[in-house]
Amino acid sequence: MQDFSNLLDRLIYTRSRNDKLGLISAYLKEAPDPDRGWVLAALTGELDFPTVKASAVRNMAMERVDETLFRLSRDFVGDTAETVALIWPEQTDKSAVGIPTVGEIVDELASVSRSDAPILLANFMDRMGSNERYALLKLATGGMRVGVSARLAKTAFAKAYNMPVEDIEEVWHALQPPYSELFAWGEGKADRPDLTGIPFFRPFMLAHPLEDRMIDLTDYAAEWKWDGIRIQIVGTGQETRLFSRGGDDITRSFPDVAEAFTAVGVLDGELLVRGEYQGGEAASFNALQQRLGRKKVSAKMQTEYPAFVRLYDILFDGETDLREQSWIDRRRTLETFVPKLNAGRFDISTILEARDFEHLGEIRDGARDAAIEGVMLKRKDSPYISGRKAGLWYKWKRDPLVADCVMMYAQRGSGKRSSFYSDYTFGCWTEDGELYPVGKAYSGFTDEELKMLDRFVRQNTLNRFGPVREVEKTMVLEVAFDSVHESKRHKSGLAMRFPRISRIRTDKPAEEADRVETLKKMIS
Amino acid sequence: MGMAKSSHWIEPHPHGIYIKPADAWIDPSRAVSRALVTHGHADHARGGHGKVWATPETLAIMNLRYGTNAGEPVSYGEGIELGGVKISYHSAGHVLGSAQILMEYQGERVVATGDYKRRADPTCASFEVIPCDIFITEATFGLPVFKHPSTDVEIQKLLCAKEAHPERCILVGAYALGKAQRVIGELRVAGYHDPIYLHGALEKMCKLYGELGVDLGDIQPVIETEKEVMRGQIILAPPSALNDRWSRRLPDPVTAMASGWMRVRQRARQRNVELPIIMSDHADWDELTQTIKDVSPTETWVTHGREDALVHWCALNQIKAKALELVGREDEDD
Repeated sequence: MQDFSNLLDRLIYTRSRNDKLGLISAYLKEAPDPDRGWVLAALTGELDFPTVKASAVRNMAMERVDETLFRLSRDFVGDTAETVALIWPEQTDKSAVGIPTVGEIVDELASVSRSDAPILLANFMDRMGSNERYALLKLATGGMRVGVSARLAKTAFAKAYNMPVEDIEEVWHALQPPYSELFAWGEGKADRPDLTGIPFFRPFMLAHPLEDRMIDLTDYAAEWKWDGIRIQIVGTGQETRLFSRGGDDITRSFPDVAEAFTAVGVLDGELLVRGEYQGGEAASFNALQQRLGRKKVSAKMQTEYPAFVRLYDILFDGETDLREQSWIDRRRTLETFVPKLNAGRFDISTILEARDFEHLGEIRDGARDAAIEGVMLKRKDSPYISGRKAGLWYKWKRDPLVADCVMMYAQRGSGKRSSFYSDYTFGCWTEDGELYPVGKAYSGFTDEELKMLDRFVRQNTLNRFGPVREVEKTMVLEVAFDSVHESKRHKSGLAMRFPRISRIRTDKPAEEADRVETLKKMIS
Repeated sequence: MGMAKSSHWIEPHPHGIYIKPADAWIDPSRAVSRALVTHGHADHARGGHGKVWATPETLAIMNLRYGTNAGEPVSYGEGIELGGVKISYHSAGHVLGSAQILMEYQGERVVATGDYKRRADPTCASFEVIPCDIFITEATFGLPVFKHPSTDVEIQKLLCAKEAHPERCILVGAYALGKAQRVIGELRVAGYHDPIYLHGALEKMCKLYGELGVDLGDIQPVIETEKEVMRGQIILAPPSALNDRWSRRLPDPVTAMASGWMRVRQRARQRNVELPIIMSDHADWDELTQTIKDVSPTETWVTHGREDALVHWCALNQIKAKALELVGREDEDD
């Protein structure tokens, strides 16, 4: 456990990517099994203890620490796990049982009941110093926040054993922590893990934003960019699984889709919900959200929000890997594959015919469907490659909508931003001259602008509600957003999608900010 | 000891504590005619006062920073009388010359601590427990997450980093008054006698410490040293210089910072610190609460820092307490 907590601490303070890779790969080479496998799982976000929740950590702390002192500390530190690790009353006699290993901790966390979880954690905490307590809580609740992405951790593994990271990515999703076969393969003690018959995720191919038009349209095919959930369908004949962009298995949220797919192959598409009120076309992302994240989906919900997949690409036809083929060849295969599927659940993405960029721009801006975000441009000779590669795929989004809003409340950020008021709730005017909140944003500004906004909040506070401050209604923020929807959650009856601060309008008086009515007209 | 009358003769104001019968202010944040100054940090000692009472060391520090002040030296344990108030200065253990001010008037005893710490510091005298009726305490680290680790452990962290990076140098950010000299002093106590290199902004204060009898060993200005000579060495600079262009003259520095705030990881990250050295000249949570118990006053006033938490702790322990809202105290100065 000490080795892991040292690794975490060093990662926190290390800025260079190469140094981080060096630290992780040194740990992976030196640490014993199964500890290193569990740590690799933690760093890649694959570790999950369903009975150990953030609330368990909080409740455990409440047993030992006064609630007010805890709350004040949490507000200052900006991170619950770190607060608990620091505030935990140190036991004078820790040596009695010794510090547990990562493997022991994982075994016990995996089998503990929800009600016993706080007791188990407290027992571990009593045997540790503050650095190990921090590592324990990060391990138990997930979200390391040490500036290491899953990709970086896998790259570190590849570096430790001199393997191409693509080889790791290819088998990664078929393997389970603590990855003993993977380490054995890396160390040359075993062959590549055998994956036949396992429905596993393959990394998605992604697109770059089209920033200038320096591409020749004749080399590219255009299709709609749908605003749903990008998914991969993996069917083995016996079993079908659905994976989200990050490789999460979301089959349980969409059993209707999974059951309707009985073919063998791997497909790439967009999961959408059919909205009756939109004439049977794809409904908005909001409707999809109703289903996503639910572990069990009721029959009623399946009927009310019927899901289907608009297919973009095919990676495997049966057992045959098509990823090295050109997009145009894969598209031909896809066109013969789709008609064999359940037509109510699967259709094919339409190819847009455009004479030139201007024409394509007209098509893009003329799209009526709210579920269209823009257009995709795919190079006709491009193979299917994991990740983003320059020149192959582009996304060309519709211009965002903007509105001038007035800052109403501010809240401190977390992590690196824990000392800044960086999350802003803003509103627009009603007919009666009242401000109603219309959204919340915490991005879009530079570090310098953040300092300025933070200063504004501190110097213009009207009221404090715990970590939230109500401010003087004088700061106008130009907010950009992808779309706006009706919502019962907000007093204004509106909710923005992807709001971000696009400009700070210190030049504009608050009275001249936009009205709620104006936003209502933008509802798609 | 008399009964605390919460007290008619001593008044907290946003810019300082006013002692009515003496017509004098403790650590006023603006220029006044009569000031009692606890120590030389800028948020306690300002220039431009008519007359200043402080320890000889604090006066010397103020002279260095603000030029001559009409200063009346009061040594530890010595007493003066102003308008019928008996006033004496007692060591606070914060930085060289730092004092708590004890005031006695009509049988009532009030102690204002300024800033203080309880653990040993080779560069200044130790904190003295002064029994009193009203105890006016700081609360810079007044949250139970702040428990400063042992100084030895933190100094070893610094020395290990030095050993691990013979090709680089360890650049330690430390405030010019107190922390810089403490880091040097603690390194000497740990048996480290190599030259320690200083940013120009630290030279004068270190020299003054030497003149006041605090031996800091072999210290050298960075500006007169070849880059190659500083490989594998320890260098001190004010925190503002850590990520400044100035540090480009150094051989690939490992950025360290000596401060109590380094206890919180995200604070250290905000500063781009690679090697946090948790070392503070303020009392941590355990020292603050232990000191209130040791002094055992009838009433505790909390001046600056995280006063809410300390006042709440007092309430939990049936100790009468209130927070004073003083302005102009630097939150981040440690």
